[in-house]
Amino acid sequence: MSTLNSDSGGWAARHKKNVVLLGFWTGAWVVTLAVAVFGSLLVWSDSKVLTSIAILVNVAAGAGMIVANKNHLRGLDEMQQKIQLDAMALALGVALVAGLAYSTSDITNLIGFDAEFSHLVFLICLTYGVGIIFGRRKYQ
Amino acid sequence: MKNRLKVLRAERDWTQAQLASELDVSRQTVNAIEKGKFDPSLPLAFKAARLFGLSIEDIFQDEADIQTRLRID
Repeated sequence: MSTLNSDSGGWAARHKKNVVLLGFWTGAWVVTLAVAVFGSLLVWSDSKVLTSIAILVNVAAGAGMIVANKNHLRGLDEMQQKIQLDAMALALGVALVAGLAYSTSDITNLIGFDAEFSHLVFLICLTYGVGIIFGRRKYQ
Repeated sequence: MKNRLKVLRAERDWTQAQLASELDVSRQTVNAIEKGKFDPSLPLAFKAARLFGLSIEDIFQDEADIQTRLRID
């Protein structure tokens, strides 16, 4: 049997660190978003200064999340990057086509309610998740 | 593209995780390459060749090339 002198702190350790960092920044972004929304609605409803600060903190956390996501993607191996690329292409395409169709339906009063941006975000997350699942199954 | 990665790994009694660690990729990627479901990039193929002390052609074979050789033989 040939022996390997591999260091256990290679790709797997780097990947784990990137996932933890991405989880931290995503959590920070979600929490600061909740603080900005519910804080201004329920806690300091009259203070525009506090709302502005909360939104700035949320944007800063969002910037951290973007950098962490970029580092996470760059740290993936080539097959995982391909799975991510395919899933993101699917999510972007569906978001563009469905988003504009949804917006047009609102503008032309085809639907009886306002087109909400949050619906589009939900659709992007759903499509991206489905893309990742199918990509992983493809290479299993 | 066909490859002998699984055979070469088994000859050395390495696990997929050990090979993945050496190649700096995930175990899932090694598994997908062994099953022929994912074709590695040229740098990764070179890395595998260096690890096993073989040439790329000794590990990876193009299926169209195999068919051509069979017809010639």
